[in-house]
Amino acid sequence: MRITTRIGVSSVLALAISAGAAFAENIKIAFIDPLSGPFASTGTNGLNQYEFAAQYLVNDKGGVLDGDMFEIVGFDNKISPKESLIQLQVAIDQGIRYIVQGNSSGVANALTEAIEKHNRRNPDSRVLFLNYSAVDPALTNDKCNFWHFRFDANADIKMDALTDVIAQSDDITKVYIIGQDYSFGKAVASAAVEMLGEKRPDIEIVGNELHPIGKVKDFTPYARKIVASEANAVITGNWGSDMLGLGKAVIENGYTGPIFNYYAGSDGITAAFGESGKGILMQVSEGKLNPPEEKALEYFTAFREKYPESDVSQPRITNVIEMLAKAIDQAGTADDVVAVANALEGMEHDSIWGGKVFIRPQDHQAIQDVHILAHTNEGVQIDLDNSEFGPVAVNTVEMAAMDSATTCKMKRP
Amino acid sequence: MDLVLVNLIDGLVTGLLLFMLSAGLTLIFSMMGVLNFAHASFYMLGAYFAYQISTYMGFWMGLLIAPIIVGIAGAGIERYGLRKVHQYGHVPELIFTFGLALLIEEVVQFIWGKSQMPYEPPEILQFTLFSISGNAIPAYKVFMIFVSIAIFLALLYVLTRTRVGMVIQAALSYPKTVEALGHNVPLVFMGVFGVGTALAGLAGVIAGPVLGTFPGMAFLLGSIVFVTIVIGGLGSLWGALVASLLIGWITTFAASYNVAMADVLIALGFEQPVDLSESAWRDLWSLTLPQIGPILPYLLMVLILVFRPYGLFGKRDV
Repeated sequence: MRITTRIGVSSVLALAISAGAAFAENIKIAFIDPLSGPFASTGTNGLNQYEFAAQYLVNDKGGVLDGDMFEIVGFDNKISPKESLIQLQVAIDQGIRYIVQGNSSGVANALTEAIEKHNRRNPDSRVLFLNYSAVDPALTNDKCNFWHFRFDANADIKMDALTDVIAQSDDITKVYIIGQDYSFGKAVASAAVEMLGEKRPDIEIVGNELHPIGKVKDFTPYARKIVASEANAVITGNWGSDMLGLGKAVIENGYTGPIFNYYAGSDGITAAFGESGKGILMQVSEGKLNPPEEKALEYFTAFREKYPESDVSQPRITNVIEMLAKAIDQAGTADDVVAVANALEGMEHDSIWGGKVFIRPQDHQAIQDVHILAHTNEGVQIDLDNSEFGPVAVNTVEMAAMDSATTCKMKRP
Repeated sequence: MDLVLVNLIDGLVTGLLLFMLSAGLTLIFSMMGVLNFAHASFYMLGAYFAYQISTYMGFWMGLLIAPIIVGIAGAGIERYGLRKVHQYGHVPELIFTFGLALLIEEVVQFIWGKSQMPYEPPEILQFTLFSISGNAIPAYKVFMIFVSIAIFLALLYVLTRTRVGMVIQAALSYPKTVEALGHNVPLVFMGVFGVGTALAGLAGVIAGPVLGTFPGMAFLLGSIVFVTIVIGGLGSLWGALVASLLIGWITTFAASYNVAMADVLIALGFEQPVDLSESAWRDLWSLTLPQIGPILPYLLMVLILVFRPYGLFGKRDV
């Protein structure tokens, strides 16, 4: 019934749009992320999610203001900061006012700096930077600025939520921390050590090590060390093949405790773990996929219909689109980004994935529920990799790190 | 002590896997003088083919069929590609194999995508065979050891005890003379290339389920295979075996023991600077053995090249 109504509504709308195409204007959003090279699958998947979210959540419902439509324009940055700045300039030259980017904090750092400079020098063509995935805490602390908004929980917030959950379970006494040898891996490790020390000083950290990123052929020796240390929890910030390799080796060699991770989902990883990761993989993330809210399930069903091979791997993308639409409506304009930014500041939004999202005015960090998601095939309605396996929320920290400190000193226009 | 035994087994698995790759490469290299950059790509093809076959016919058919397909593909590439390029000298051959490696990677991504493939060991081998003080040894690992040893023995038998093996060995050192004696050397080349790539494919078939089946798997193993054959000595099967095991054990043990450089330096009588962040040597002081583990084989290769340029078992210069 619902679906038929929606199809009816949207086809009527489609007619209305084509009739009014001559005067309705598109609000363009530049998607600057890797669309070629080794990270292309993540980038392309993200672009699909944006295009679908814009269509389904905004355009099909009549757009914003007086029927203006969202249009996502993809720009390939090859995950290079230098290339991103070129693409940013191209986007600005095309008159685009909204930039979304997520993969790699290195790129986000370059973009936020460039955008601040640009906005200072060109008050007539200012742009907003909506960061949906880059989790380096510095972006909303020392390097924060008025034009940058982060919709993902940053690495420290996630670790805060994760250590809250670990602190509550008494059977965890020994923790092994392992990560990739670069800035993010180090940030995860130091946050874990610091926060565990505060919340559960009795927990012994039996291992804290970094391995070369993308160079380890076989994780078995690391797995042996983890098993030999008698750890009953593992924390890792690994992603991609390093996550899969580490997880598989650890499970295969007799470890049965939880592996708390940031990125063990989608891009084939969920399917490759399959049955073996059940009850072991625990991902800390925003966006509760399972058990799904009614709206979320509808959204997912429609998404899979359009992109059968893609996942809703980054639920926060719907928040970006919906909140931007709301802010533009509130501001009454899409051209004056200062007004839109002011509307976004302090906005409270009911996410389709459940819970609220609140943009903290002092640092533009989205505060939201952070979940511990277990990898399983029981009670999964929204799966990943078409594998029947997916993340199910087992623990939720509501409005995680709501009153955490920030060093952000923002200059407002 | 128990951990030493476990590491010996793990290192053996890694080493034997490496051997299956390097055995084919060392024969191809010494016979044709071609540095086959695409060798690890055939390893990747083996894993992907086997995964695809296993979704229809199960793991065992994949194990049987995939290496044969890879071998035929390899022989075909030698016959219709490499042989044509051969007349222009070694540099074009090198560029040809390099291009081939890139091409195979792109084709794999085009067909199977960039994601990890859910390629699993067969159910019948998914159990823990035995444990050494809490460290599980999966049955599949023991299976890998047996397959590799069987391959080694079979190769050794063919190369040293059969007529074909004699011709190959002769063609390794004196190709012109062998040709003058009436043997079809190009056919021998094609056969060796085919068998070599089939071995690489087989390595991919059995390594795919444990090390992951993804487009980066060839790149991850590519360079270490060359290191192996240089250390072992070109054209020597025994050399390839010893070097593979050596590298397997070195990398496994290096990753297992957290020896810190600071301890070593203090033991040598150096004094640790009080404020490490200000010291010019802070990177050296904070190093640990697992961090430098992956470069140890390359270090070994440099030493071998300096002191024994023909490798451990090789008979002629590189």
